[in-house]
Amino acid sequence: MSAEQSPKIVIVDESPIRAAILEEGLREAGYTSVVQISEMRSLLARIYAIDPDIILIDLENPSRDVLEQMFQVSRAVRRPIAMFVDQSDSASIQASVDAGVSAYIVDGLKKERIKPILDLCVSRFNAFSKLQDELERAKSALEDRKVIDRAKGILMKVKGLTEEEAYVLMRSTAMREKKKVGEIAQSILTASEMLK
Amino acid sequence: MTSPLCIGFIPLIDAAAVIVAVDKGFAADEGLDATLVREVSWSNVRDKLNIGLFDAAHLLAPVAVASSLGLGHVKVPITAPFNLGLNGNAITVSPSLHAAIISELVGDAIDPLATAQALARVVAARRRSGAEPLTFGMTFPFSTHNYQLRFWMAAGGVDPDEDVRLVVLPPPFMVDSLANGQVDGFCVGAPWNSIAVDLGVGHILHFVSEILLCAAEKVLAVRQNWAEKNPDTVARLIRAAFRAAEFIERPENRDETARILAAPDRVGVDVDVIRRTLDGRLKISSDGTTRENKRYLLLAREGAARPDPMLAACLYAQMVRWGQAELNPKTLQTAKAVFRPDLYDAAFGARAEPYKPAALTSAFTGPAFDPDDIAGYLRAFSIGRWKG
Repeated sequence: MSAEQSPKIVIVDESPIRAAILEEGLREAGYTSVVQISEMRSLLARIYAIDPDIILIDLENPSRDVLEQMFQVSRAVRRPIAMFVDQSDSASIQASVDAGVSAYIVDGLKKERIKPILDLCVSRFNAFSKLQDELERAKSALEDRKVIDRAKGILMKVKGLTEEEAYVLMRSTAMREKKKVGEIAQSILTASEMLK
Repeated sequence: MTSPLCIGFIPLIDAAAVIVAVDKGFAADEGLDATLVREVSWSNVRDKLNIGLFDAAHLLAPVAVASSLGLGHVKVPITAPFNLGLNGNAITVSPSLHAAIISELVGDAIDPLATAQALARVVAARRRSGAEPLTFGMTFPFSTHNYQLRFWMAAGGVDPDEDVRLVVLPPPFMVDSLANGQVDGFCVGAPWNSIAVDLGVGHILHFVSEILLCAAEKVLAVRQNWAEKNPDTVARLIRAAFRAAEFIERPENRDETARILAAPDRVGVDVDVIRRTLDGRLKISSDGTTRENKRYLLLAREGAARPDPMLAACLYAQMVRWGQAELNPKTLQTAKAVFRPDLYDAAFGARAEPYKPAALTSAFTGPAFDPDDIAGYLRAFSIGRWKG
């Protein structure tokens, strides 16, 4: 087939950041022909226009079902397309399903050429999820921080404590009640709201 | 207690029996430790069931058959010991297509043959004026939605592969696509038809129970080899799902059922829309007109939960008609064997349901379905991809 050098890859992803991470990884690995689709309207028409060898789509994307239509006998299909995963490939589909990636491949592309692409996508997907987790944790830590600061202010005002004494009081209460400082701080805010 | 079970589902009303079985504790009463996992696409449900991430799933009945025949995807034999729902879909069209059909209508709008013939005239007029062909959305290539749309329009002389475009759309995207003109109509399950009507962007033209009187819509699907290894768990699952289906069918339980299904991690739509669906009483137009059909969605009534191989054969015949499958006796046998009334009966011991399948597989037009003469049945239809 014409794409013997570098297969044309389409990434279907509504998250532009994740798509960019995938594309970067693919380009670094020498796959130079990569196109992103983030608009799900008329998805099939867009894919047919690009005429890719490989389509990568996130498993969390409901439009995955739209791609199933390409496997059907239909006038819109110009050549047969097959999913590269077959029964002997259960390990790689398992990995890709776990990571949230699925790959559809134009018939004729050799499996050995697909494996590194899929592996790369899986690792990039995992990297993206990790990044997202870290972002979430940072966000909730920041939220905690704000709540603790406000609770400290209340304690300082009501009990006439210094900032450090207010924090120590919350900390020791948290330890005694086997809770997080953030949770104790939240209780103080709730209580003070109710007692207003 | 058996080992933990993971059950996949798509947020649709006909997942009710599995959702209620788990959330009302009927599964736990059977000693099952079941967890529900909400999915976004049928391909995901199929693949996760195939590779064992799910033990059981709420699955499109034609996908269970297609998977067992190796059509469109890898071949993984599936066993369906329980029907989660018969019928339950509707065909909805945009207000402008509705107006066009009504203006061409000769006869009653409730008669699918009359509306299909009107559609044919609309299609012909569009072709003469050089307009784009009409586009219809359906949920999956192997779906009753696909077959019901095709059956209906072909009866009026519209070739679904030549005269219009049929596109797969995920159910949550249907309403938006109708509103923005990407499609002119669709066939989808509840609650999406009602939502289109409530938003004033669609008009329900037909309940599918008016087209094919009885079609296996969703099944409780398990892998065949898993069913063979876990017969006791399968029996428990069937009993839990049946108890849930019976619970849902009792009118006094419908409010509670609607509340369970409305939860954000279940179907996640308005309680009232769910209630209307369960009652088979749907608002079909934004002017408030309602239509009622007791057969709109069947769960446990009329023996609907028992998976009759005749219904699998009927789905297979639709696949053959539209060029998805070859017609041969061996494939027919494989298709029929996906539906397992024997497992269903075994789960209840002696208590089998009275069942009259013959009347169920007829449609508003064409001959009664005959599983022993699919070729003869298909020859009665002039439009189709099968050249027998």
